[in-house]
Amino acid sequence: MTTETINPAPAVTQGRGNRKQARRNTLIGWTFILPNFLGFLAFTLVPVLAAFALSFMEWTSFSAPKWVGLANFQRMLESDTFWVALRNTVVYALGHVPLTMALALLLAMLLNRKLKGIGFFRVAIFFPYITSLVAVAVVWNMLFSPDSGPINQFLHSIGIAEAPGWTSSSDWALPAVIITSVWRDMGYYMVLYLAGLQAIPSELYEAAEVDGASAWQRFWNVTIPSLRPTTFFVVVMLTVSSFKVFDLIVVMTNGGPGRSTTVLSQLIYQEGIGEGKFGYSSAISLVLFLIVLTVTVLQFKIQQRRER
Amino acid sequence: MTNMAEDLKAEAPFRAGTRLEVPPSETPRRSKAPRRSTRERKARTLDLILYSVLAVLVIGLMVPFIWMVSSSLKENNQVLTVPIQWIPTEFVWSNYTDIWTRIPMMGYVQNSLYLSVIITCLQVLTGSLAAYGFSKVRFPGRDVLFLAYIGTIAVPWQAYMVPQYIMMQQLGLTNSFNALILLQAFGAFGVFLMRQYYMTIPDELCEAARIDGLSEYGIWARVILPLSKPALASLALLTFVNTWNDYMGPFIYLTSNRLWTVQLGLRSFVGQFDAEYAMIMTGSVISVVPILIIFLIGQRYFIQGIATSGMKG
Repeated sequence: MTTETINPAPAVTQGRGNRKQARRNTLIGWTFILPNFLGFLAFTLVPVLAAFALSFMEWTSFSAPKWVGLANFQRMLESDTFWVALRNTVVYALGHVPLTMALALLLAMLLNRKLKGIGFFRVAIFFPYITSLVAVAVVWNMLFSPDSGPINQFLHSIGIAEAPGWTSSSDWALPAVIITSVWRDMGYYMVLYLAGLQAIPSELYEAAEVDGASAWQRFWNVTIPSLRPTTFFVVVMLTVSSFKVFDLIVVMTNGGPGRSTTVLSQLIYQEGIGEGKFGYSSAISLVLFLIVLTVTVLQFKIQQRRER
Repeated sequence: MTNMAEDLKAEAPFRAGTRLEVPPSETPRRSKAPRRSTRERKARTLDLILYSVLAVLVIGLMVPFIWMVSSSLKENNQVLTVPIQWIPTEFVWSNYTDIWTRIPMMGYVQNSLYLSVIITCLQVLTGSLAAYGFSKVRFPGRDVLFLAYIGTIAVPWQAYMVPQYIMMQQLGLTNSFNALILLQAFGAFGVFLMRQYYMTIPDELCEAARIDGLSEYGIWARVILPLSKPALASLALLTFVNTWNDYMGPFIYLTSNRLWTVQLGLRSFVGQFDAEYAMIMTGSVISVVPILIIFLIGQRYFIQGIATSGMKG
């Protein structure tokens, strides 16, 4: 007998034995995958596909599903709340992405050195990222208390008389959420940047130094270009996660005051699960998905062009 | 040659910053013997300055935690005082005993633990099995199937939560732990993370085991699993922490108070008694402590898991 290889030998060598082997492999392969695949198929893949189909249907918790073409999308485009939510989501992304990225890079540069105990600093800065979101939201909500919260006390002490109302003001609620999320996320992206910094060959810096480049020049001409793949990854991840922002908003402001912090994910939840408008909420889901997809593809394209 | 002191000042942040192997004080060039002591002293001062900068920075970033712990040991009316009291005038330790009777905190902790443990076990088991199938067994259709897994990772969960909800409603599983277990235990993330790791294990190892007469299941159990302990640890810790911290899942599916997790219980406590500042902070501390302990024990695996997969579960 031949040895039982799982990687079938080239098809030319054996005819029937090989096919039998291939069938056996298929069977074995599926038994490994099946326990996970059944759950994945039923509770992820089918819902993903259903979301597409549902967006073209009228279906509420009180009526049977009915094909309505683009009616849901039309209703969505005419809905004021949809545009408010979209605008808030974009504003959130515009604040969250650059701030988190800049701070993560700054922290990574500061913490990328061989000092005793440097691990402690890194771990401390990373920790907020895995802290329970409810605790984070609750603490920051109190820090942001308009009257006697620590943040406004600090602002008063440095001479700002008219401190913002933060989560109780419709102008400042979104900035408050952005600050909280930047604080929470920057440790994670710092870890990614640390990995990127450590991959830069030191010869590059030595060469730049020999050429008489100043520290600033070395930063712009060595560090930043070498970090481009990391930055690309960070930007994609950050943008996607910004557009998906959900739980932080739900716990911190629940979309308020008014609609000043309502975001797309929350609208999907309110329309779909809160009010049982399955079809309509799926149309918003599709928009969210398309935004995320477009952002990712666009950034891939930009990255490709740069590399060429 | 330029002035050395200036030179050192300019280069230090970058040189030290990018070369982990060579600490700044040992930069070989120019360090002639008679000058070494000045250089070392300078390096030491630089380290000291760095430490102070970093310490101030980290303390600044940790203020929310410091404030949380300090507030959890105060009376309610001491929390939002002007000026801020960083150290309570009187430590109210009773907050930590009262909270268990004030809200059914023990029940919440049990529910959170139950969900986290079950989901983690299922995710790690099915994830590592599937990853073996995807990386070490070759069969037609395998790569297409894996693409379906990857494809769904790109779709935001929020985009299909409504169909999931409808499905659970039809199955009569809303307001039960089973809904959350079914939805979260078979994620594509675990398969992806484990497969990434299995791809780094050379196929020759499996080949050798096959020649020795081990079945595929035997190879998975006796060769691959022992080799993939770090990845298993990463996946287990990430899944556990994600489930423990999850708010939206329990928020959507668990309506009765007896099923609530720590996160839901804490949030509802805040909603009901929004003036009990100190007790709210006590609850927050209790919700964070298990994560802190797990994180401190397994931080290496956390960071590795996050760095290799580049994502949160």
